[in-house]
Amino acid sequence: MARFCTLRDAVAEHIHDGDTVALEGFTHLIPFAAGHEIIRQRRKNLTLVRMTPDIIYDQLIGMGCARKLIFSWAGNPGAGSLHRFREAVEHSNPQALEIEEHSHAGMATRYQAGASGLPFGVLRGYVGTDLATLTPTLSWVTCPFTGENLAAVPALRPDVGVICAQQADRDGNVMMWGITGVQKETILASARSIVLVEEVVDTFTPHTNGVVLPSWVIDDIAVVPSGSYPSYAQDYSERSSAFYAYWEPISKDLEKFLAWMNEHVVASSDHAAFIQSLDPSLLEDLHG
Amino acid sequence: MAEKKVMAGSLDWTKDEMMTVAAARVLSNGTVCFVGIGLPSTAANLARSCHAPDVVLIYESGCIGAKPDRIPPTIGDGILSQTADAVISVPEIFAYWLQAGRIEVGFLGAAQIDRYGNINTTVIGEYGSPTVRLPGAGGAPEIAMSCSRVIVTLRHSPRALVEKLDFITSVGHGDGGDYRKNRGLPGSGPQTIITDLAILRCDPVTSEFLLASVHPGVEISDVLAATGWPLRVANDVAVTAPPTEEELRALRRFVGA
Repeated sequence: MARFCTLRDAVAEHIHDGDTVALEGFTHLIPFAAGHEIIRQRRKNLTLVRMTPDIIYDQLIGMGCARKLIFSWAGNPGAGSLHRFREAVEHSNPQALEIEEHSHAGMATRYQAGASGLPFGVLRGYVGTDLATLTPTLSWVTCPFTGENLAAVPALRPDVGVICAQQADRDGNVMMWGITGVQKETILASARSIVLVEEVVDTFTPHTNGVVLPSWVIDDIAVVPSGSYPSYAQDYSERSSAFYAYWEPISKDLEKFLAWMNEHVVASSDHAAFIQSLDPSLLEDLHG
Repeated sequence: MAEKKVMAGSLDWTKDEMMTVAAARVLSNGTVCFVGIGLPSTAANLARSCHAPDVVLIYESGCIGAKPDRIPPTIGDGILSQTADAVISVPEIFAYWLQAGRIEVGFLGAAQIDRYGNINTTVIGEYGSPTVRLPGAGGAPEIAMSCSRVIVTLRHSPRALVEKLDFITSVGHGDGGDYRKNRGLPGSGPQTIITDLAILRCDPVTSEFLLASVHPGVEISDVLAATGWPLRVANDVAVTAPPTEEELRALRRFVGA
């Protein structure tokens, strides 16, 4: 059964220095609050996993939490680049960042294999690309039935999987809907798991494409309203385009970045305090 | 946008608008299309609002049959999931739909492309110590592999259309000729490159891209000068039809210009 606890306790309990951690969310339901809590607790040498690392991964990298990144597309969607990620890759600043990169199809296959308890997954992909020669976690197998040559990728088995969902019920089952990415696979592939929810309800209302994760595959649930801010949670809050535009010049400049992170993330006791610390103009979309 | 407008008759438009309109025209009604965010998404939605109302737009976030009435800033935008016929997981979109060969057209952007339609979206410079780190592969390698055909849109410059890629992220026609057939790649690969200056078409024998059409107001010599390899010119090179009033109105409504 899942335990209901604060995000602070969940991160302290499950995420340790040197762990492999996947905070997933395919541009929707991104666990920003969990990334901030990892920064507050000053975790080091993490191997971060994510198909689409965005601002929250940029912040973790810039604050020196990460040793390695496993990913398939690193960017600030619709707004610009990840300047701290680029600084780490291009200039080893604040420290070198080892990278292991795949395609989306490869990463999705790796999560599926992890969720399925298989050692590896197969896909039709990567033929002729430079990823095929540079990515060590990529090989080839021959289908024993047809002889077709297929790409083989090892299962992803993070130490900890972290996702956001819209709701939990009182028994600790979790429901998410809208774009659900690889969140289900992330929870099932990970040794330990933390789910952030917007609220707790007595009973779930069925949703088109709603995904339910039963309580017994989740370790900790933290109720964190707007835990995806500045990304969005369908039917709860809109993406803050204002924040994404505001962030670009801050992230470009290391000193500005560090000052901002210290003022708003490190000095805030939790996510609610973080949101309170922001200029109201950045919160206009929050309850749109 | 401070870009200079091209004048033709009573209408004027920007080079980017010409590119988007030309890209939209490649999609016929009812086509099932895998769409990347940015220029491809704008072009695909323009097609849907003009000549191809039944085009099926698929976004890699798992949205099948999305019908946005504005241009989504990201593939995770609620306008995609809330207007889609079905919203499915990311592993499913890549396995059941793309890899299984259910998608006719893949619509991609590129940082660099070469004469055989191979694409780089990973790094400029050396992989180990890049000059510019780009976002990486995303869905593109398998879109380029498994869609029946691929259309690429990018702005024309010698730094974008290059002699040699710094990194092969997604394979077009490899080193040309029957490369795709020999390697067992399922789709026919990139067939059309649409830029803000011209349309390039893949030669069915050599698999090299040829200049097929120049946009109104652009000289063939402009295109050759803006291409990083010695671009061959098709015998029947045409002039692209200018954007119509309807196309421009629809495009500007979408992008809020």
